[in-house]
Amino acid sequence: MSTNVQKFSDQFPIPVEPGFDPRFPVHAGAPGGKVGPVSVGRVARPVSPGVSKVGLSEICLSYRTQKGERLLALDHINLQVRAGEFVCIVGPSGCGKSTLLHLIAGLHQQTSGQVLIDGKPVQGPGTDRIMIFQEHALFPWLTVGQNVEFGMKMKGVPKAEREEKTRYYLKLVHLAKFEKSYIHQLSGGMRQRVAIARALATEPDVLLMDEPFAALDAQTRDLLHDELERIWSETGRTIIFVTHNVREAIRLGDRVVLMTFRPGRVKSEFLVDLPRPRHLEDPDVARTAREILDELREEINRSLEAEYKEGVRPHVETDVEGEVRV
Amino acid sequence: MKRAARFVIFYAALFGLWTLLAELKIWPPYLFPTPWGVGEALYAGFQDHTYWIAIRVSMERVLIGYAISVVLGMILGLGVASNKFLEETMGGLLVSLQSLPSICWWPLALLWFGLNQNAILFVVVMGSLLSVTLAMEDGRKQMPKIFGQAGRNLGAKGFKLFWYVLLPASLPFIVSGLKQGWAFAWRSLITAEMLYLSLGLGQVLMMGRDLNDMSAVIAVMILIIALGYIVDGIVFKGMERHLQNKWGLTSAT
Repeated sequence: MSTNVQKFSDQFPIPVEPGFDPRFPVHAGAPGGKVGPVSVGRVARPVSPGVSKVGLSEICLSYRTQKGERLLALDHINLQVRAGEFVCIVGPSGCGKSTLLHLIAGLHQQTSGQVLIDGKPVQGPGTDRIMIFQEHALFPWLTVGQNVEFGMKMKGVPKAEREEKTRYYLKLVHLAKFEKSYIHQLSGGMRQRVAIARALATEPDVLLMDEPFAALDAQTRDLLHDELERIWSETGRTIIFVTHNVREAIRLGDRVVLMTFRPGRVKSEFLVDLPRPRHLEDPDVARTAREILDELREEINRSLEAEYKEGVRPHVETDVEGEVRV
Repeated sequence: MKRAARFVIFYAALFGLWTLLAELKIWPPYLFPTPWGVGEALYAGFQDHTYWIAIRVSMERVLIGYAISVVLGMILGLGVASNKFLEETMGGLLVSLQSLPSICWWPLALLWFGLNQNAILFVVVMGSLLSVTLAMEDGRKQMPKIFGQAGRNLGAKGFKLFWYVLLPASLPFIVSGLKQGWAFAWRSLITAEMLYLSLGLGQVLMMGRDLNDMSAVIAVMILIIALGYIVDGIVFKGMERHLQNKWGLTSAT
């Protein structure tokens, strides 16, 4: 067992930060009680509001399938994210991790439970939480600069200030020269950097990243990991990052949250206290990824069984990077 | 170069055949005019300002009618696309109405608006409204949902969301519908003008018939084709090219 990653339950003396009580991690069964690592979602202990930047409390989401059955997508999700924390959510496809981000963004409405930002319930979208999508979410009818400017324009920020900030954030992602370009003229990696600049330009407290680098090649992704980590440490934003790549999660996250397959529950959480900057190929990262993958594999198998039953024959492999491909 | 050559050969042959048939005098010249007879009619029509006035009047009407269609059609199309009840009820009605030639509205228009400009505009609107509506409905559905989500996420809502996100996002999908709407508007206008003495190109066309002046009739037909083509070629082609450049779409040809 690695000493670099530990379940919450094994590791109580983590550095205490204001507003965060490590003795009562989100999924503790009872105060001071032994915390079970698995299927802890149901027995969450309500955390007093105001404690976390983002608080998910008892989130359930169910919807009706076309056959008319009721399907539970998210099952009593509880999660607290501190201000400035980098949390990665990992799970097999179909576990509802992207949906969870949409709920936090206010783009969808949960069936029950609450999303709290600074203790206040979320009501619809807000520019304090900006989403970065996997791809194709930049506006192709606008230039790079106009894309970055968009959120500020909607907010009614004066033109001069908009221009200044657009330049600032484009510089931050090293794309100052491309202000006048259209989106289709950029490479995939550049596009995601524009997306990051566009998100940051509205000055959100929370960045919600939905597999933002999944469509990129390995080299570009490595570079963007470095850039994201730098931007995160420079701007101090809270980041919730969804990925199906365990190594990526460990490369970036302070904490990795593992979700179960349908219905999506929080299976377990891992604190990653490896020193930064980390690299995907660090032995520590790889070893830690193995441990999490062992737990994840069970969920992947469940997801595969379900897909087989549904008549889909997926091609499955778990590659060396710890990326699960289905 | 090759394309230009084919173009020249085709039109030279066409004119040759026309001249030949006219010169053979199989039909009397007032029924089958020569190309230069038509040319003279065109020249005369522009000389005495008849055609200039007709073009101005017709263009004004079609622009007003088309503008009304575009605004109404976008609202209707968006409504139908975003409301399940409307889609199931009005969607079918709209499609079936499209099989009705717009001039069929003429008797109703006459009774409702009287014999005036408004009746003509009504027929023009009815002619192009459905194309625009169906195009907008389709465009709204084809448009990737992620743009709407990203827009709302970045703080756009209500009219701002429509104007800055949904409309530009659906433009590439509705531009062909807008073009079709234009063609229908233009045809409906000329038809309506032919039925009602009203200064427009349609009336000038009918005047040629009344005067047994086939040169003038063909001259006006050429004008109608040319105007329709110019708007299509300049406005809509330009719009398509502009969109393709921005979006990085490659041209279909």
